[in-house]
Amino acid sequence: MKQTHILLGHGSGGRLSHELIRNLFVRYFHNHLLEPQGDAALLKMNSEKLAFTTDSFVVDPLFFPGGDIGKLAVAGTVNDLAVSGAVPKYLSTGFIIEEGFPLEMLEKVVASMAAEAQKAGVMIVTGDTKVVEKGKCDKLFINTAGVGEMIEGAENIASGKTIEVGDKILINGTVGDHGMAVMGARNQLNISAGVVSDCACLNDLTELALKETNAVKFMRDATRGGLGTVMAELCEGKTFGIQLFEEKIPVRESVRGMCELLGFDPLYVANEGKVVMVVSAIAADRILDIMKAHPLGKEAAIIGEITASHAGRTWLETSIGGSRIVDMPAGEQLPRIC
Amino acid sequence: MKYIDEYRDKEKVISISNRIRFSSKKHIRLMEVCGGHTMAIQRFGIPSLLPENIELVSGPGCPVCVTSRAYIDQAIAYSRLPDVIITTYGDLIRVPGSTSTLDRERAAGSDIRIVYSILDALMIAKKNRQKKVVFLGIGFETTSPATAAGILKAQMAGLFNFFVYSAHKIMPPPMAALIDQGVNIHGYIGPGHVSTITGSHIYDFIPEKYGMGVVISGFEPLDLLQSIYMLVLQHENETPKVEIQYSRAVKPEGNQKAKDMLEEVFELRDDWWRGLGTLHESGFAIRERFAEFDAEKMLSVEVEPTREDKGCICGTVLKGLAKPSDCKLFGKACTPSDPVGACMVSNEGACAAYYRFKRTEA
Repeated sequence: MKQTHILLGHGSGGRLSHELIRNLFVRYFHNHLLEPQGDAALLKMNSEKLAFTTDSFVVDPLFFPGGDIGKLAVAGTVNDLAVSGAVPKYLSTGFIIEEGFPLEMLEKVVASMAAEAQKAGVMIVTGDTKVVEKGKCDKLFINTAGVGEMIEGAENIASGKTIEVGDKILINGTVGDHGMAVMGARNQLNISAGVVSDCACLNDLTELALKETNAVKFMRDATRGGLGTVMAELCEGKTFGIQLFEEKIPVRESVRGMCELLGFDPLYVANEGKVVMVVSAIAADRILDIMKAHPLGKEAAIIGEITASHAGRTWLETSIGGSRIVDMPAGEQLPRIC
Repeated sequence: MKYIDEYRDKEKVISISNRIRFSSKKHIRLMEVCGGHTMAIQRFGIPSLLPENIELVSGPGCPVCVTSRAYIDQAIAYSRLPDVIITTYGDLIRVPGSTSTLDRERAAGSDIRIVYSILDALMIAKKNRQKKVVFLGIGFETTSPATAAGILKAQMAGLFNFFVYSAHKIMPPPMAALIDQGVNIHGYIGPGHVSTITGSHIYDFIPEKYGMGVVISGFEPLDLLQSIYMLVLQHENETPKVEIQYSRAVKPEGNQKAKDMLEEVFELRDDWWRGLGTLHESGFAIRERFAEFDAEKMLSVEVEPTREDKGCICGTVLKGLAKPSDCKLFGKACTPSDPVGACMVSNEGACAAYYRFKRTEA
């Protein structure tokens, strides 16, 4: 009998588990490190310094314009490695699946992971599956972990230790796309037409910027909490401040419209394909050009700079020429009453 | 974006802020009584564009801020009833009750859903006939017509598992009470959305009785600056009156259809306001004719005794008599992620806005 839905048995370690692994996971993720199906993948690394990260993914709905939980699970971990100054190499993946989840949907997710991994040049080399009783989890949760090889000289990228007053702040494109796309899909808002998640692997872009210049001092992917949170975090407790210019921050018209209607600030809306870089002033234009020449950086912009004034704080020059502070948001953004 | 960018034109902003600077000689203190204005003023950094003699203070315009703890406590009690689904606007979810919040109740297993419109709540009622769906009706004349329409729709559709718990309030009584209670201001930036429904005549008593101006303002930076300019001119020339700056949305007579609906469904009752106390005929109760949709009449619950937090000066802040930073809890025991007072909860709340945008300016 052909199975159409995930059963508890698919997580039992027995025949059903083996079939699922062989016919779905290994089929899509196929590579020479995964094929032996040992308890652990045996990896060969060329670099002495490794970057290692893990992230779990829960998103409602599983499929949204511009992506799905699988693409997100690969891109999320790849990006965490990439912005740490590493070249992502290998991923692991763990699936927690709710009993009764349609196999067809699982296959879609797995196919999407495989495609995204291939695009990013990483291999999914080991994995795990658990099935929980109906109601014990929401359809599908995915965890991925990843290792990457550090790029020579990129050790301080994650901490931003070498940031100096006068450095410029760059972003590779529009903010708020992912958060609003998911929000629109979740609530079936008919105002969200045309809003597409920016979910993408950034490693090619970050590698280019790091290898072509030695001017990148800090990188962070602006995911949950958005650009505003990354900026507020970066200067918190530091001897420098940050000045952003609202006019320079790219926001898609459709996203801006949705934010206006719902009372959200695009500055705090999640992205899944955006990297914020702090770079030395003299190289800023060069890196901007590198970004703009890349498919994921066409709308890149220089959006601000590191300042000696208001140390520890991020200030925004608003689009009308006023100024205000950019702080970390408290909890989730909630729509306003009126 | 069309119809927005026109009102955010930098050149025009500079030009009007120069005109304000030029015309404004006397010290002037203006109060906005609409949460949307509070938000916009902070978000665009309007105060940084004004001369020092112009002071903006936030009044009781944030619906969740003026709502009593007793209301939250009762909503929580409803949420604990079996077979009840609570539907609410997002702002209410984190507002502290005496010992809990709707957020915590949701985590503990209550079925509490955020909706964007009462129509969503009606849809939930339609899909869950075996459940009782309670909509938390909160807000001023901006949201109350939608609630009235929702009740009328529920009646038409025979949705007898749908209930409204009303904390709807009207704007003029607190505007009078603030002046009566000695709040030192020279004019009101009048609420834009409320006035779209009510029209401008409801404020006529303010210049007549108190000699103070009201300018009904839109929500974009140029709207607000122009309204401030109009109030400055009134103040300088000593010609207080009611003016409509937001004329693309507000008509002097308001929206008759919406007003009729309010009249049909609601009646005025005395209501409690944080900071102001009980104000005569300042809240909306559901009329007897619609009692079967009135949660207060149809669902009986035991509500815990209300406990207000000591030390929280929300009330004084709401009256514009103190700045959020004057409160000893502000930024310490009371932050947006762990709010003590309601003003710290909503994005529109004076304390939350102050915390997010102005904390380190001083």
